[in-house]
Amino acid sequence: MKIFNVKKEIIENKKVSSNCYRMTFESKEIACRVKPGQFLHIKCSDTYDPLLRRPISVHSIENNVIGILYKVIGRGTGLLSKKTSGDTIDVIGPLGNGFDYQLVSNCQLPILVGGGIGIAPLYFLAQRLVERGSNITVLIGADTKYNILCVDELKKLDCKVKVSTDDGSAGISGTVVDLLKNELIPANSKFKIQNAKFKIFTCGPVPMLKQVNQLASKYNVSSQVSLERQMACGVGACMGCSIKIRNPKSEIRKNKMFDYKQVCKDGPVFDIKEIAWEEM
Amino acid sequence: MKSPVMTASGTFGYGLEYSQLIDVKKFGAIVTKTITLEPRIGNPQPRIVEVTGGMLNSIGLENPGAKVFIEEKLPKLKGYGVPIIANISGSREAEFVKLADLLKDIGLSGLELNISCPNVGYAGLFAQDADTTYKLVRKVRKVTSLPLIVKLTPNVTDITLIARAAEDGGANAISLINTLIGMSIDIQTKRPKLANVVGGLSGPAVKPVALRMVYEVSKKVRIPVIGMGGIMTSDDAIEFLLAGASAVAIGTANFVNPNTCCEIIEGIKRYMKNNKFSNILDIVGRINE
Repeated sequence: MKIFNVKKEIIENKKVSSNCYRMTFESKEIACRVKPGQFLHIKCSDTYDPLLRRPISVHSIENNVIGILYKVIGRGTGLLSKKTSGDTIDVIGPLGNGFDYQLVSNCQLPILVGGGIGIAPLYFLAQRLVERGSNITVLIGADTKYNILCVDELKKLDCKVKVSTDDGSAGISGTVVDLLKNELIPANSKFKIQNAKFKIFTCGPVPMLKQVNQLASKYNVSSQVSLERQMACGVGACMGCSIKIRNPKSEIRKNKMFDYKQVCKDGPVFDIKEIAWEEM
Repeated sequence: MKSPVMTASGTFGYGLEYSQLIDVKKFGAIVTKTITLEPRIGNPQPRIVEVTGGMLNSIGLENPGAKVFIEEKLPKLKGYGVPIIANISGSREAEFVKLADLLKDIGLSGLELNISCPNVGYAGLFAQDADTTYKLVRKVRKVTSLPLIVKLTPNVTDITLIARAAEDGGANAISLINTLIGMSIDIQTKRPKLANVVGGLSGPAVKPVALRMVYEVSKKVRIPVIGMGGIMTSDDAIEFLLAGASAVAIGTANFVNPNTCCEIIEGIKRYMKNNKFSNILDIVGRINE
């Protein structure tokens, strides 16, 4: 697929939680090609400090306006947060592979599981799934109510939204994995339900994803996961973001039964069963 | 070569990754990511750390091996009509020789011997000793008539001695520099930021070191020097040419701006026009001292 390097004017860059911002800009080239789960490689500074671009997933598409939702973590995202409308942003994209949401059948119920800023790519996925007529459940977890993102926007899309916080300040007191458990096994059911009807799409911190994987595996629910990794090139050239993938037939290291794949090129979305989670 | 600008090994994959984004046809050559005889899985994560003015990497030569390169990567690469130089490495002399032999009649324009990668336990040793460098280049020379470029490490006391050893061994060109060995520590966890503890520093921070080495080596060898290390702009590239490099290779800059090679090619043309130079050789080594 064609990749573009564009310099665009920022429409809006707005603080939406204690440490997260939502930025929008218009790019027809990218907007008409990008799939949920794909990402952009964004230059945060006009100088060489910081040097590398930052990989940030696409959060929303409205007509040709692209939205990104990002958390300020270090110097790069800190500089990004200082940009204002009218400033220019240098973007490469769309990059990577997105969610296989087109495989969701009418009788399947997508469950979107987002931890913290992990909700960012899931909102774009929700937009597309709603367009296809899916009834979506979105489970959102955060440390505290101030960092719960996208609830109103998702409700506007007619998604069923459930929230968890570590401190109990909003939703249930617990984790998003607790919410998922409740979803997969309704409290009033004495029997394990048939989970083939569910399809999980998830993004968040690795410990959370590991637990989602355990649940998905236990209840045999097909799941896709979007991973985050530090990257240099973003296109599969540098091998900086390699992760271990299960492959019993690996030719690279037969006794270990894994291969490497690049999060930037082969991901960031993977089938959850592919990942060698014990190596993460 | 159409232009004196090529890619630096390890920063441009096998040329295919960037093909959807830029026009590689203008490049002087594409130097591939290192190929080893057998596939290599590389080093554990994290493999990349950003530092002020550059980045540290400890990729560890992850690559699919010679068979996949020959059968899958090279046929596509040839489609660009750009000279392809395969960068090769091995843990022993015999591996270099076997690889060079394997790659000799498959349409490559040259081989770059990576005897200087800081991220694998062995290869640094070759280019840290003049005698070892000489012997290795000489053995590879015997099995191939392809132009041989020898890529050197800056992590030595006197790089000119190693460069001369490579020349004496039969190298057709010297490329320098490979990355400088560095490290970075997370002060909260008190752990090294790279899983491999140390890694190779590249990016603008290394440019003055690279430039100095190109300047020193080009005075001591008769064969061409390919300069690389922190080149971000055409001005940087012209500095390398003035210091004595006959060509330049672009590495880390590709990550920041994939169009860097094309912009540098245009920038060099502009510089030549503005200074009324008709030939690139008018610039090479023309530093005023």
